[in-house]
Amino acid sequence: MPEVKVRQLHGRRIPSPGVKVKNPGKIFKRIMDRIMLKYRVRLFIVIICIFAGVLANVQGTLFTKTLIDGYILPMVKSGSRDFMPLLSAMSRVAVFYIIGISATFIHQRLMVDISQGTLKDLRCELFRKMELLPIKYFDTHAHGDIMSVYTNDIDSLRQMISQSLPQFLNSLITIVSVMVSMLILSIPLTVLTIIMVGISFAASKTAIGISGKFFKYQQDSLGNINGFIEEIMTGQKVVKVFCHENEAIEEFRKKNEQLFLSSYNANQYSNILGPINMQLGNLSYVVCAIAGGFLTANGISGLTLGSLASFLTFNKSFNMPVSQISNQLNFCLMAMAGGERIFSLLDEEAERDEGYVNLVNAVRAEDGSLKESEKRTGLWAWKHRHSADGSIDYVELKGDIVLEGVDFSYDGERFVLNDIEMYADQGQKIALVGSTGAGKTTITNLLNRFYDIQDGKIRYDGININKIKKADLRHSLGMVLQDTSLFTGTIMENIRFGRLDATDDEVINAAKLVSADGFIRNLPEGYETVITGNGASLSQGQRQLLSIARAAVADPPVLILDEATSSIDTRTEKIIQEGMDSLMKGRTSFVIAHRLSTVKNADCIMVMENGRIVERGNHEALLKEKGRYYQLYTGLRAM
Amino acid sequence: MEKTYESIPAGLVIRTLGSEVREFKTDSLLTPVFMILEVVMEMIIPYLMASIIDKGVTPGDINHIETTGGLMVVVAVFGLLSGLFGAHFGARASAGLARNLRNRMFENIQSFSFPNLDRYSTAGLVTRLTTDVTNIQNAYQMLLRMFMRAPASIVIAMVMAFSINAGLSTIYLVAVLFLAVFVFTMMRKVTKYFAEVFTKYDDLNESVQENVSGIRVVKAYVREEYETDKFVKAAENICRMFIRAERMIVINMPVMQFTVYACILLISWFGAHMIVQGALSTGELMSLLAYCMNILVSLMMLSFIFVMVSMSTASAKRITEVIMEKPVIVNPAEPVKEVRSGSVSFENVSFSYFGENSGRVLNSINLDIKEGETIGIVGGTGSSKSSLINLISRLYDVTEGSVKVGGVDVRDYDLTVLRNNVAHVLQKNELFSGTILENLRWGRENATEEECREACILACADEFIEKLPQKYETKIEQGGSNLSGGQKQRLCIARALLKKPRILILDDSTSAVDTATDSKIRKGFRDYIPGTTKFIIAQRISSVMDADRIIVMDKGSVSGFASHEELLSSNGIYREVYESQTSGAALSDFDS
Repeated sequence: MPEVKVRQLHGRRIPSPGVKVKNPGKIFKRIMDRIMLKYRVRLFIVIICIFAGVLANVQGTLFTKTLIDGYILPMVKSGSRDFMPLLSAMSRVAVFYIIGISATFIHQRLMVDISQGTLKDLRCELFRKMELLPIKYFDTHAHGDIMSVYTNDIDSLRQMISQSLPQFLNSLITIVSVMVSMLILSIPLTVLTIIMVGISFAASKTAIGISGKFFKYQQDSLGNINGFIEEIMTGQKVVKVFCHENEAIEEFRKKNEQLFLSSYNANQYSNILGPINMQLGNLSYVVCAIAGGFLTANGISGLTLGSLASFLTFNKSFNMPVSQISNQLNFCLMAMAGGERIFSLLDEEAERDEGYVNLVNAVRAEDGSLKESEKRTGLWAWKHRHSADGSIDYVELKGDIVLEGVDFSYDGERFVLNDIEMYADQGQKIALVGSTGAGKTTITNLLNRFYDIQDGKIRYDGININKIKKADLRHSLGMVLQDTSLFTGTIMENIRFGRLDATDDEVINAAKLVSADGFIRNLPEGYETVITGNGASLSQGQRQLLSIARAAVADPPVLILDEATSSIDTRTEKIIQEGMDSLMKGRTSFVIAHRLSTVKNADCIMVMENGRIVERGNHEALLKEKGRYYQLYTGLRAM
Repeated sequence: MEKTYESIPAGLVIRTLGSEVREFKTDSLLTPVFMILEVVMEMIIPYLMASIIDKGVTPGDINHIETTGGLMVVVAVFGLLSGLFGAHFGARASAGLARNLRNRMFENIQSFSFPNLDRYSTAGLVTRLTTDVTNIQNAYQMLLRMFMRAPASIVIAMVMAFSINAGLSTIYLVAVLFLAVFVFTMMRKVTKYFAEVFTKYDDLNESVQENVSGIRVVKAYVREEYETDKFVKAAENICRMFIRAERMIVINMPVMQFTVYACILLISWFGAHMIVQGALSTGELMSLLAYCMNILVSLMMLSFIFVMVSMSTASAKRITEVIMEKPVIVNPAEPVKEVRSGSVSFENVSFSYFGENSGRVLNSINLDIKEGETIGIVGGTGSSKSSLINLISRLYDVTEGSVKVGGVDVRDYDLTVLRNNVAHVLQKNELFSGTILENLRWGRENATEEECREACILACADEFIEKLPQKYETKIEQGGSNLSGGQKQRLCIARALLKKPRILILDDSTSAVDTATDSKIRKGFRDYIPGTTKFIIAQRISSVMDADRIIVMDKGSVSGFASHEELLSSNGIYREVYESQTSGAALSDFDS
């Protein structure tokens, strides 16, 4: 039977033989452990069914012989017309067949549940784990690589669990039972058969080796050409403007020719595996027939003609599973490579949270003290449970944020923030300015603990932020990032992302506050317009408005705006300024912007350079100082 | 726009793919021939095997074993050779088809004009050139190697079975018909299920993608659990759909086994009767039973090809769509080969992106610009600033009226000549992987290093390039990720300057460059390329203030076209923008 390969239609990588996995056995065990944990009984039934299937098959093979030798020939000899014995024999076989068919059906049906269930669990677990990973993980891993774990690696596992493993088991059982039968019939011929299988194995290994080499070339040239395609397609308009079409075509043709050669060779050598195995199997049959004939004719090793005939039947059914086993093994190895990547993601350390101070809604009692409230009151408090005596303190959330002597480095070597001192009083607007790489965004990453500081302290209403539960800390901070990141869903859902229990009216009011209502109403379905692909159909400015609305509906005590209006033109910005101002009113806000109009009315402007704050003060004071801010502001010095 | 390919007729798809495979016609024809040869050899082998047993082993005839064995070796060698040749030609034809499809698509995409490009997403084009082509390559190889082989195998086996005993062989005929009907109706259903589940699967992966790139937002709003719940629900739904589809598929195997076993039993039963009556020999019965497997395995193979091919039709249609796409903007029949002057005039120009009936983004524009003038363009988002200047280098064609460069309608110029004379620095600009020098030479291929340096000095790029460790030989990473936004913009300007154009267009090209450098660049333009007509679109008023004249765009119309001072006194919009950016002291932004 020609080999059947189901190639994946999705994902970037094409599996190729010859992948190296560090510890395939360990990964295999982990996968099996997982399956055993949930599907122990079903897996057990599957194994029994595979056994039953093989046995039924062997019965079928043997039946033709008994049919002729045991029933037809005697009947012909005796001239008997009594078909009853034959009928009863056939009924027995029929029962075997029915068992075999049912076994196949049950095992395949169960395997569907097992493989799909396992994959679903893995997918969900991957996602759950991914959501828990620290930002650092995403900053240090290519997004394409993370994606391919979900697509390619999971796909290769499906292939293994649902097809390769059962087939492997099936082949193994067949091989063992056939081998035992062959050994009983004739030891020398069995040795001969095994030698022939060895040759066939070696031949296919060579072919796999060669094709593996070319598959690697193919992978390389595929990667090469994919990179080129992505680059040119992204810059296609530039190619047009520079009339660079012919150069691009020429370069592409070169790369494409390489891909053609490697792909053609890789496929050619993997295609020949089937014919080689099959014909070497035939050769093995001939060799055994001739050797067996010689043995019987000369009476060596007591081989009879009848047993030679049976032996040859077994020889025939020995070759196919052997060649299949090497195929399946290859698939399993590929799947292990995928498994390795899956588990390495699952083994990543999740974001740690040792905080114990919670954020709660509060009401002020008549004596001025704070009490916890079930409802949203607009007043928040930090619930501080003292571990020593179990007493509970409530501290009002005001939005005082203090950074003291903060040092920070992403890699532990190069410090991007040095000795940062910063005080933000309740309701103040703090602006951070400075050139790219000065460390402005890094500070916001520390406030919400995307990253943890190496030295110094950050206090929030007097509480060290390391003591605050991360989720509650982040709930209290509204972030608007330059990179807007919308999600597939309606506009309504995207804004509501800020606060899940917001009513439609609250969402619309938030949109009105930031002047997003106008353009949303002009969309074909208004608030119910579905946006896809990170809102590709919206302009960058419109996306920024949506992400500001998202922060507005969250109604957090503290706001962090990182270049939140960079793509909104100055006229529109002026229009939404009012909304922004009312949004920031009464809230401590951190604003990063390179646009003057955005930062001018800040209570305090921090000028950053090379990870240090070099100047601070309000607009007028800084202008008077005639320092760095003045230079930036008047454009007197290039940066 | 993205899904229009679904309506492409199958005939067109086949013709399009067919013309790309023409180069490998011989390979494509030889592959099935060799595959059929392999099948023939495969069919002879069981016959020889039976003969070895019946006439050699059972009567103990060593001679017969040796001669038949020798014959079998010959047949096996022929089978091997056919298999090898089939492997070779099949691989070459399908890899060749893939290569040609890629070339053809890539070449056609290069001929696309901007309106064509707007119809496709970058990701859509990349998928077509990569995954879709790979799907077609695999399906075509499968088709070549198996499509003839499987039916041939069925036909040969049937013919042989019928020649042995027509009566008994009708059992096969019935079985084959039964299986064929069963397999194909089921496959139709299953393919539909799978098409459904794969769309959902794509959506699921899309949501993973969104979470990966939007992880900061997810974490900032503490929505990890919310997103996980959403994902788990979707994943469970998909799991159910997969299970439903695969449960259908697994009926296949038991049904096939049932048919095989039923055939064996029926043939044995009736065969036994016939043998006893003397109408059939035992050897013949054995052969009949041997062909049973052949027929049914081939049938399964066919159904598999059917699935594979139908799964790749979407790919084939997407590819065809790109190949058949005709560029909207092409060279005129007798193109003007020289741009004599850098003057530009818009005469009654109206423009809409999607033809006459869609919304106008430009309305009856009339402008006259002399050679060497510096023109600033300001206006809010969506006021059609870019749309206006895109017409000059014919990135889009006007819907009404005409745009003239040097007194000649731009539609009469040779496109290359026009675009080499009108250097356009796009808003969304790209650098390509390679050295800085290589990137600069996109402007002019044979520019000397000295010329490149001059252009860079003018664009104020030289100052940072000289600070790089390898200066002009510094490698730029894909997408220019190792340069800052301002550095990239300056390089893009230098690249455009190397064209030595008559007209230079900067579309918000210095937005990330600090104010001082920005003004230095503009001063350089005034001093060193006074004869070049310059268009500068900017958000910052300071970038256009010193232009000779400034166009104020508002909702697709020109609201004002005069010098800075005149506009300040006469144009409300301009004054508003100006005031929003100034505070009496000075005009500036911070470098980002």
